[in-house]
Amino acid sequence: MKKLVSLVLALAMALLCTAAFTGCKGSEEEADYSFADGDQYEYIGGELNILNWGEYIDEELITIFEEETGVKINYAKMTSNEEMLMKLRSPDCIYDLCFPSDYIIEQLIAQDMLVELDMSKIPNAKNISEKMLGITDSFDPGNKYSLPYMWGTVGILYNTKMVDEEVDSWDILWNEKYAGKIWQYDSVRDAIAVSLLRLGYDINTRNADEVNKAKEELIKQIPLLKGCGTDNIKTSMQKNKAALAVVYSGDALEAMDKNPNLAYVVPKEGSNVWFDNVVIPKSAKNLEAAHAFINFINDANLAARNTEYIYYSTPNQGALDRLDEAYIGDEAYNPSEETLSRCSVFHDLGDFVDVFNSAWSEYKSKMGN
Amino acid sequence: MKRKVFAYPYIVWMILFIVVPMFFIFYYAVNVGGQFTLTKFWSTLTDVKNNWLVLWNSIVIALKTTAICLIIAYPIAYILSNMKKSVAGFISLLFFVPMWMNFILRTYSWYAILEYFIPGLIGKPEVSFTGTEFSVLLVLVYDFLPFMILPLYNTLSKIDKSLIEASRDLGANPVKTFFRVVLPLSVPGIVSGITMVFVPAITTFTVPFIIGNGVFTLYGSKIDEAFHQATGVVGDYAVGSTLSIILVICVLISTLIMNYFDKDKESGGQVL
Repeated sequence: MKKLVSLVLALAMALLCTAAFTGCKGSEEEADYSFADGDQYEYIGGELNILNWGEYIDEELITIFEEETGVKINYAKMTSNEEMLMKLRSPDCIYDLCFPSDYIIEQLIAQDMLVELDMSKIPNAKNISEKMLGITDSFDPGNKYSLPYMWGTVGILYNTKMVDEEVDSWDILWNEKYAGKIWQYDSVRDAIAVSLLRLGYDINTRNADEVNKAKEELIKQIPLLKGCGTDNIKTSMQKNKAALAVVYSGDALEAMDKNPNLAYVVPKEGSNVWFDNVVIPKSAKNLEAAHAFINFINDANLAARNTEYIYYSTPNQGALDRLDEAYIGDEAYNPSEETLSRCSVFHDLGDFVDVFNSAWSEYKSKMGN
Repeated sequence: MKRKVFAYPYIVWMILFIVVPMFFIFYYAVNVGGQFTLTKFWSTLTDVKNNWLVLWNSIVIALKTTAICLIIAYPIAYILSNMKKSVAGFISLLFFVPMWMNFILRTYSWYAILEYFIPGLIGKPEVSFTGTEFSVLLVLVYDFLPFMILPLYNTLSKIDKSLIEASRDLGANPVKTFFRVVLPLSVPGIVSGITMVFVPAITTFTVPFIIGNGVFTLYGSKIDEAFHQATGVVGDYAVGSTLSIILVICVLISTLIMNYFDKDKESGGQVL
């Protein structure tokens, strides 16, 4: 009996060893995570609390940064800008770094909730494309409080096997032919923007009538919807469970990579071009580590690994130079000047956001009721 | 009188976890950015076409859930109560095993079953069974069924069998015995079962969120959404807090109604 037990144990150990070795073999082919400029990071220590979107960083980067600087990173995730805003406003906010979008940054600056970045500690900021800084300048004048992390457009992801006509307009999302096969985006500004654009209005409108018309159109769309989601949309599209979806370009790229029947288009009525920038909120305790992390993610080589991993477009010119043609030539990853000219950035609406919120609340109340 | 001492920890508990949180809900309902104001409170309270409509629909869904649970659970509990204790114990354990798993995990499993597994099984992978009232109801019933079975089983198994024998001796047939003896004696179990299902069913927001694909709004989802889009400089929880107060009052009323039906507080199964 003893012999049998030891035999089984030996077998199990042998299996474990092989597994470990095959593991090593796999890692040989893994990506190159070296620093572009052979940077050296000094020991900083302490903790760094980061608040970011879900599936929005190559987690290998977190491990490397922890090893380089001895900083312990606590990484939390959010699903919407509004959720992040709520967390940042809380009196016991602990975050040192977060990644809000354009219009939220405008609001955070206006409310004096951000720390001005010390550019002398972020030498890698030189990698960021001038063209991108030109656009982010519109919501963060002089790019003093934030640096672009990722950017992209909002558009329609569709399944070419289910949709045989040409997709070039937001109108198709109201087409009854696709009832039960359409995903709307579960975010106040994005969903209302889709409806506003379709009606030919500005996405930053401060006209309550226009917002209400957009809301009425959204309510008419409810019976056609499969759902109203965020990160779950791309899985559903990948698995051919829906025909059309409002998505961010990065989610579209990931889904298209996994399902060749999917295609992405920025409709002719125009769309939203958005930026998620990295900022340091006033609640930050470890400013040294926060700046080091911003510098670290802007390393040309690491930024290239990061964008490959999460599929969102990088504003980092150094990283773009390291990517192959599959990225640069892809209209969804790297939209043309013509596409960009149709897109506009969200701006903070001030108190008018209440009109958007109550329209949204009414829209949501109509669902299933 | 000395025994009152043992109640003190409970009083402290009540103050810390019931009175203080309730105070904060009321505080935030009438407070926007540190300023006392009734505007948001009043506009939320009078927003009939949104908030009250959703509340009404949530009450209907919760009532349907409770009714279906009762219809399914009563026969199960009745059969269990007539079995040998050891067998009944084992079978009721089977009903409870799924509850050892996390609630959200169970709900996500149901999503996978309804969205991918069943359509695959019937050979129509493009079909979807999520996002409908039926699917939300199904998962709510699944999640809350054990809360109905347990109090019913407890009450039914405590009924003195000699009362049933006496009823049969006096000439009542099994049907009459059930309706005249067993059913009235099991009212406390029914009442606490209803409370235990109705209250969580009316406040749920994970089930409509996950199973409803985000296009099925229940009252819990409204509260969740109100907190997620809080605006203003310091954060504006007035809408969410007011919605919560309305819900607390609804739950209170339903509990009072239930307690009215359950005057016999001595019998088992009483929970709230």
